[in-house]
Amino acid sequence: MVNPTESPALNIPPEEINAAPPEFHARPYWASAIHVQHVSHAFPTPEGTPLPVLEDVCLDIRPGEFVALLGPSGCGKSTLLRLIAGLEPPLSGTIIQDDAPIVRPDPSRIVVFQDPTLFPWRTVRDNVALGLEAQGVLKKESARVDEALLKVGLENFAKAWPHQLSGGMAQRAALARALVNNPKLLILDEPLGKLDSLTRIEMQSELLSLWRKNGFSVLLVTHDVEEALMLAERIVIFSPRPARILSEISVDLSYPRHRDDTVLTALRHEILSRLGLGKNW
Amino acid sequence: MRLAALLPAAAFAPHLPASPAASAITHSGQKTPAANAARAYRFVFSDWLSPLAWSAFAAVTLLWPNQSAGFTDWAYTKELGEGALVLAAIWAVLAFLAGFFVVAERQSSQTGKLTPGARVLAAFSRAAPWITAIAVLLALWEILTAKTGILSPPFFAPPSSLIEVYLEEYVRLLDCSVNTLALLGKGVLWGGVVGFLLGVGIGWSRRIGYWAHPVLRLIGPLPPTALLPLTFFIFPSSHSASVFLIALATAFPVAILTWSGVAGVHKHYYDVARTLGASEWFLIRRVAIPAALPQVFVGLFMGFGASFVVIVVAEMLGVKSGLGWYLTWSQGYAAYPNMYAALILMSLLFSGLISLLFFARDRLLVWQKGTVKW
Repeated sequence: MVNPTESPALNIPPEEINAAPPEFHARPYWASAIHVQHVSHAFPTPEGTPLPVLEDVCLDIRPGEFVALLGPSGCGKSTLLRLIAGLEPPLSGTIIQDDAPIVRPDPSRIVVFQDPTLFPWRTVRDNVALGLEAQGVLKKESARVDEALLKVGLENFAKAWPHQLSGGMAQRAALARALVNNPKLLILDEPLGKLDSLTRIEMQSELLSLWRKNGFSVLLVTHDVEEALMLAERIVIFSPRPARILSEISVDLSYPRHRDDTVLTALRHEILSRLGLGKNW
Repeated sequence: MRLAALLPAAAFAPHLPASPAASAITHSGQKTPAANAARAYRFVFSDWLSPLAWSAFAAVTLLWPNQSAGFTDWAYTKELGEGALVLAAIWAVLAFLAGFFVVAERQSSQTGKLTPGARVLAAFSRAAPWITAIAVLLALWEILTAKTGILSPPFFAPPSSLIEVYLEEYVRLLDCSVNTLALLGKGVLWGGVVGFLLGVGIGWSRRIGYWAHPVLRLIGPLPPTALLPLTFFIFPSSHSASVFLIALATAFPVAILTWSGVAGVHKHYYDVARTLGASEWFLIRRVAIPAALPQVFVGLFMGFGASFVVIVVAEMLGVKSGLGWYLTWSQGYAAYPNMYAALILMSLLFSGLISLLFFARDRLLVWQKGTVKW
């Protein structure tokens, strides 16, 4: 299935691919590499002086990598996601997906927001089908919709209306709506932030298995240190606004991880102290 | 077992050996919902009040002689009384059957769904207080006009005189209704479509908004009836002038509310659709418009109301047919019963149109059920 000659990510040297964690037989070549190069961004304010939110951010995501962005809330992580999604252009700097700069949204990079944002006038199935419909391939590829519903375990709720779903189910439907497009990069903006803690734990492992089965690159914004540690291969820590990258931490642990793993406990302490919260540990 | 099931029904209604309950058991050989129903009879006072009230109305009409009104007697008094008697008999039958079936069937069916017959009976039960009230009102009306002359002709007329109007004038009334509906239909269709497109345009595009918004602000609050004299000499016919005015009256609220609906769509919906690969056209058609649709319907309801005002005024002043014209025409002849007849017809027609709109909304906005309290 994975054929190196078809890979769009030719800028990744083979030795890096071979260095992937052992549970991957091979990193999926078709997943996207993202290069954020010296990106700064600011929002206009009524007073006239723009409010800086991102300051000279440089970040590389390798194909198939799971990267978590961690930082205090309101620091500008979500803005970075919007820029990578192509919803807004950065004020300065460039963002490159594989070999081309990102200038507009594209179904190869799908965002899942904190709110499921399901369209209330569409059934769950029609919500999941939205991407294919927008790209004009729904008639040919409608089987993919059922496949995506099956992946997230909502096959029996295809005809339900969004308001009939629980919070976790709604977020699963939003995931299915993303997965149906076979994204090369999944952008997750605190997708589990509003779920209760039990549903959250369950959804974290589902997210993990979806990533491992599908192989897309994942960029996860979270302010939950434990969530980042459980899921990500690499954690990028941001400063308060305007967001700069403070440091990066690799989590060299195989999956599935355990919450009480001593390595994770040490890393959590490390991260909290880098965020200036070491004394609260 | 069969006999036991039969017994209470037979005991209660021995004069009805072939009641539906009994036949349901003997034919099917097993317990049907009807068979269960045979066990319980519920006496519903409000159900039984309706045949009583209609009988009383019939008695008043038939037995109480009409007050002499200076001309030959009111026509159709006897027919009105007999009609009331027939209705009373129908209500009695329905009340009798409803006591048998509705409750029992609701208990026996797991889904809570009723068979068509039981649904009719349940509807009757719901409507029974109103059926009673109508008989009381009709009786009062008959007493105040024909029986005592407290409300005297020519300005007041008994209900029986309406029967006379409907029987003798139905061709003209039908013609007028058709003309009113046709005129209204044309105007509302134009106004609804233009108002909707304008609203979407203003809500979506800054440039359209720049030009259309001030115009809407200036023309919108102007009562369309104020433009009546102007349009009647600008347009080639009073018909086309009326279509224009009705369209104007409908378009304004539809445009304003569609616009506010489109403008109020949460930004996240557009973000999601855009990341999924939606084009601008897709965003308008599949995000903005469905999200604005509840508001569009509010605008349509308001537009309908405004269009009713305009059409009646236009027909009274210029258009030479239609129910509004009929009102002024019958008033000119001091034919007040005709006026009442036309008013009742108009109210039924217009409320029917509003019901149609409700029906369309319930169909299109079925997703709102459970999120909003209607």
